Amino acid sequence: MKQLKTNNVMLHTLVRIVSFVVLAFSIYLFFAGHNNPGGGFIGGLMTAAAFVLLYLSFNMKTLKKALPFNFDLLIGGGLLIAFLTGVTSMLFGFPFLTQFFEYVQIPFMGEVELTTALPFDLGVYLVVLGAALTIILTIAEDDK
Amino acid sequence: MFGIILNIVLIMLSLNIVICFIRTLIGPSLPDRILALDALGMQLIGVIGVIMIAQDTVAYAEVALVLSILAFIGTVAMSKFIERGVIFDPD
Repeated sequence: MKQLKTNNVMLHTLVRIVSFVVLAFSIYLFFAGHNNPGGGFIGGLMTAAAFVLLYLSFNMKTLKKALPFNFDLLIGGGLLIAFLTGVTSMLFGFPFLTQFFEYVQIPFMGEVELTTALPFDLGVYLVVLGAALTIILTIAEDDK
Repeated sequence: MFGIILNIVLIMLSLNIVICFIRTLIGPSLPDRILALDALGMQLIGVIGVIMIAQDTVAYAEVALVLSILAFIGTVAMSKFIERGVIFDPD
Protein backbone atom coordinates (compact mmCIF):
# COMPACT_ATOMS: atom_id res chain seq x y z
CA MET A 1 0.00 0.00 0.00
CA LYS A 2 1.44 3.33 -1.01
CA GLN A 3 1.13 5.96 1.66
CA LEU A 4 0.30 9.52 0.89
CA LYS A 5 3.21 11.95 1.04
CA THR A 6 2.77 14.00 4.19
CA ASN A 7 3.99 17.54 4.65
CA ASN A 8 5.37 17.83 8.18
CA VAL A 9 5.65 21.60 8.37
CA MET A 10 6.14 21.74 12.12
CA LEU A 11 8.77 19.02 12.13
CA HIS A 12 10.70 20.56 9.24
CA THR A 13 10.67 24.06 10.74
CA LEU A 14 11.76 22.80 14.16
CA VAL A 15 14.46 20.46 12.88
CA ARG A 16 16.03 23.16 10.68
CA ILE A 17 16.72 25.18 13.85
CA VAL A 18 17.33 22.47 16.42
CA SER A 19 19.77 20.42 14.33
CA PHE A 20 22.16 23.37 14.06
CA VAL A 21 21.91 23.99 17.81
CA VAL A 22 22.79 20.33 18.39
CA LEU A 23 25.70 20.54 15.92
CA ALA A 24 27.08 23.64 17.69
CA PHE A 25 26.71 21.89 21.05
CA SER A 26 28.57 18.85 19.71
CA ILE A 27 31.47 21.05 18.59
CA TYR A 28 31.51 22.69 22.03
CA LEU A 29 31.58 19.24 23.68
CA PHE A 30 34.42 18.15 21.36
CA PHE A 31 36.63 21.11 22.34
CA ALA A 32 35.70 20.91 26.05
CA GLY A 33 37.22 17.46 26.28
CA HIS A 34 40.05 16.02 28.40
CA ASN A 35 39.77 18.61 31.20
CA ASN A 36 36.01 19.00 31.49
CA PRO A 37 33.07 16.72 30.63
CA GLY A 38 33.16 16.17 26.88
CA GLY A 39 35.59 14.81 24.36
CA GLY A 40 35.61 13.05 21.05
CA PHE A 41 33.24 10.23 21.94
CA ILE A 42 30.28 12.25 23.19
CA GLY A 43 30.90 14.93 20.55
CA GLY A 44 30.66 12.31 17.81
CA LEU A 45 27.51 10.88 19.35
CA MET A 46 25.88 14.33 19.45
CA THR A 47 26.80 14.98 15.81
CA ALA A 48 25.30 11.60 14.93
CA ALA A 49 22.17 12.60 16.88
CA ALA A 50 21.85 15.82 14.84
CA PHE A 51 22.24 13.86 11.57
CA VAL A 52 19.67 11.29 12.73
CA LEU A 53 17.28 14.16 13.45
CA LEU A 54 17.77 15.40 9.88
CA TYR A 55 17.25 11.89 8.51
CA LEU A 56 14.05 11.57 10.59
CA SER A 57 12.58 14.80 9.34
CA PHE A 58 13.60 14.71 5.68
CA ASN A 59 13.86 11.62 3.54
CA MET A 60 16.86 9.47 2.66
CA LYS A 61 17.10 10.70 -0.95
CA THR A 62 17.36 14.38 0.04
CA LEU A 63 19.90 13.66 2.74
CA LYS A 64 22.06 11.61 0.36
CA LYS A 65 22.32 14.76 -1.72
CA ALA A 66 22.83 17.08 1.27
CA LEU A 67 25.41 14.92 3.08
CA PRO A 68 27.36 13.17 0.32
CA PHE A 69 29.80 11.45 2.69
CA ASN A 70 30.63 7.80 2.71
CA PHE A 71 30.33 7.13 6.43
CA ASP A 72 32.33 3.88 6.15
CA LEU A 73 35.37 5.90 5.10
CA LEU A 74 35.08 8.08 8.22
CA ILE A 75 35.78 5.04 10.44
CA GLY A 76 39.01 4.23 8.62
CA GLY A 77 40.09 7.88 8.38
CA GLY A 78 39.48 8.47 12.08
CA LEU A 79 41.41 5.35 13.07
CA LEU A 80 44.29 6.47 10.84
CA ILE A 81 44.38 9.96 12.43
CA ALA A 82 44.35 8.51 15.96
CA PHE A 83 47.07 5.99 15.08
CA LEU A 84 49.32 8.57 13.40
CA THR A 85 48.99 10.83 16.48
CA GLY A 86 50.33 8.01 18.59
CA VAL A 87 53.14 7.17 16.17
CA THR A 88 54.32 10.80 15.90
CA SER A 89 55.52 10.81 19.50
CA MET A 90 57.53 7.63 18.77
CA LEU A 91 59.49 9.52 16.08
CA PHE A 92 60.90 11.81 18.79
CA GLY A 93 61.94 8.92 21.02
CA PHE A 94 58.99 8.94 23.44
CA PRO A 95 56.68 5.96 24.10
CA PHE A 96 53.56 5.38 21.97
CA LEU A 97 50.76 7.93 22.63
CA THR A 98 52.82 10.26 24.86
CA GLN A 99 50.94 13.56 25.05
CA PHE A 100 52.38 17.06 25.10
CA PHE A 101 50.71 20.40 25.75
CA GLU A 102 51.62 24.04 25.53
CA TYR A 103 49.89 27.33 26.27
CA VAL A 104 49.81 29.53 23.16
CA GLN A 105 48.67 33.13 22.69
CA ILE A 106 46.12 33.30 19.87
CA PRO A 107 44.69 36.68 18.74
CA PHE A 108 41.11 37.37 19.93
CA MET A 109 41.04 34.18 22.01
CA GLY A 110 43.74 34.87 24.61
CA GLU A 111 45.74 32.03 26.07
CA VAL A 112 44.73 28.67 24.63
CA GLU A 113 45.96 25.24 25.64
CA LEU A 114 47.04 23.23 22.61
CA THR A 115 47.57 19.53 23.20
CA THR A 116 48.40 16.55 21.05
CA ALA A 117 45.32 14.90 22.59
CA LEU A 118 43.17 17.03 20.28
CA PRO A 119 44.06 15.22 17.00
CA PHE A 120 43.61 11.91 18.82
CA ASP A 121 40.17 13.12 19.95
CA LEU A 122 39.40 14.10 16.35
CA GLY A 123 40.12 10.52 15.31
CA VAL A 124 37.82 9.18 18.04
CA TYR A 125 35.16 11.70 16.94
CA LEU A 126 35.28 10.53 13.31
CA VAL A 127 35.22 6.84 14.28
CA VAL A 128 32.21 7.28 16.59
CA LEU A 129 30.33 9.41 14.03
CA GLY A 130 30.98 6.94 11.20
CA ALA A 131 30.15 3.86 13.25
CA ALA A 132 26.92 5.25 14.72
CA LEU A 133 25.58 6.52 11.40
CA THR A 134 26.60 3.35 9.54
CA ILE A 135 24.76 1.17 12.08
CA ILE A 136 21.60 3.32 12.07
CA LEU A 137 21.41 3.75 8.30
CA THR A 138 22.12 0.07 7.60
CA ILE A 139 19.29 -0.98 9.91
CA ALA A 140 16.99 1.65 8.36
CA GLU A 141 17.69 0.56 4.79
CA ASP A 142 17.26 -3.09 5.66
CA ASP A 143 13.62 -3.18 6.77
CA LYS A 144 11.96 -2.46 3.46
CA MET B 1 15.63 25.10 55.41
CA PHE B 2 16.49 25.37 51.74
CA GLY B 3 18.21 21.98 51.87
CA ILE B 4 15.05 20.38 53.29
CA ILE B 5 12.99 21.85 50.43
CA LEU B 6 15.48 20.51 47.89
CA ASN B 7 15.33 17.06 49.50
CA ILE B 8 11.52 17.08 49.39
CA VAL B 9 11.62 18.08 45.70
CA LEU B 10 14.08 15.28 44.94
CA ILE B 11 11.87 12.70 46.69
CA MET B 12 8.79 13.90 44.77
CA LEU B 13 10.66 13.78 41.46
CA SER B 14 11.87 10.25 42.25
CA LEU B 15 8.32 9.14 42.98
CA ASN B 16 7.25 10.71 39.67
CA ILE B 17 9.98 8.79 37.84
CA VAL B 18 8.81 5.53 39.42
CA ILE B 19 5.20 6.24 38.42
CA CYS B 20 6.25 7.06 34.84
CA PHE B 21 8.31 3.87 34.70
CA ILE B 22 5.32 1.79 35.83
CA ARG B 23 3.21 3.47 33.14
CA THR B 24 5.91 2.64 30.58
CA LEU B 25 5.82 -1.01 31.62
CA ILE B 26 2.04 -1.59 31.82
CA GLY B 27 0.85 1.14 29.43
CA PRO B 28 -1.98 -0.42 27.42
CA SER B 29 -1.18 1.39 24.17
CA LEU B 30 1.95 2.63 22.43
CA PRO B 31 1.18 6.39 22.79
CA ASP B 32 0.90 5.92 26.57
CA ARG B 33 4.39 4.43 26.66
CA ILE B 34 5.84 7.20 24.47
CA LEU B 35 4.35 9.94 26.64
CA ALA B 36 5.53 8.22 29.82
CA LEU B 37 9.08 7.88 28.47
CA ASP B 38 9.12 11.55 27.44
CA ALA B 39 7.90 12.65 30.88
CA LEU B 40 10.50 10.38 32.50
CA GLY B 41 13.27 12.07 30.55
CA MET B 42 12.04 15.53 31.50
CA GLN B 43 11.92 14.56 35.18
CA LEU B 44 15.48 13.23 34.97
CA ILE B 45 16.52 16.67 33.70
CA GLY B 46 14.66 18.21 36.66
CA VAL B 47 16.54 15.92 39.06
CA ILE B 48 19.84 17.05 37.54
CA GLY B 49 18.82 20.71 37.91
CA VAL B 50 17.89 20.25 41.56
CA ILE B 51 21.16 18.42 42.25
CA MET B 52 23.04 21.30 40.60
CA ILE B 53 21.30 23.74 42.95
CA ALA B 54 21.95 21.53 45.97
CA GLN B 55 25.68 21.13 45.24
CA ASP B 56 26.07 24.76 44.05
CA THR B 57 27.84 23.82 40.81
CA VAL B 58 27.34 24.04 37.06
CA ALA B 59 29.31 20.88 36.29
CA TYR B 60 26.24 18.89 35.23
CA ALA B 61 24.85 21.44 32.73
CA GLU B 62 26.10 19.39 29.76
CA VAL B 63 24.40 16.29 31.15
CA ALA B 64 21.04 18.06 31.21
CA LEU B 65 21.52 19.30 27.63
CA VAL B 66 22.53 15.87 26.29
CA LEU B 67 19.59 14.21 28.08
CA SER B 68 17.09 16.71 26.70
CA ILE B 69 18.41 16.31 23.14
CA LEU B 70 18.27 12.52 23.34
CA ALA B 71 14.77 12.55 24.87
CA PHE B 72 13.58 14.89 22.09
CA ILE B 73 15.03 12.69 19.33
CA GLY B 74 13.54 9.57 20.91
CA THR B 75 10.10 11.14 21.17
CA VAL B 76 10.21 12.38 17.56
CA ALA B 77 11.33 8.96 16.28
CA MET B 78 8.66 7.04 18.20
CA SER B 79 5.93 9.50 17.21
CA LYS B 80 6.91 9.14 13.57
CA PHE B 81 6.88 5.37 13.96
CA ILE B 82 3.31 5.23 15.25
CA GLU B 83 2.16 7.75 12.66
CA ARG B 84 3.77 6.35 9.51
CA GLY B 85 5.03 2.86 10.34
CA VAL B 86 8.52 3.71 9.08
CA ILE B 87 11.13 5.89 10.74
CA PHE B 88 13.29 6.85 7.73
CA ASP B 89 11.37 7.60 4.53
CA PRO B 90 13.16 6.19 1.49
CA ASP B 91 12.11 9.11 -0.71
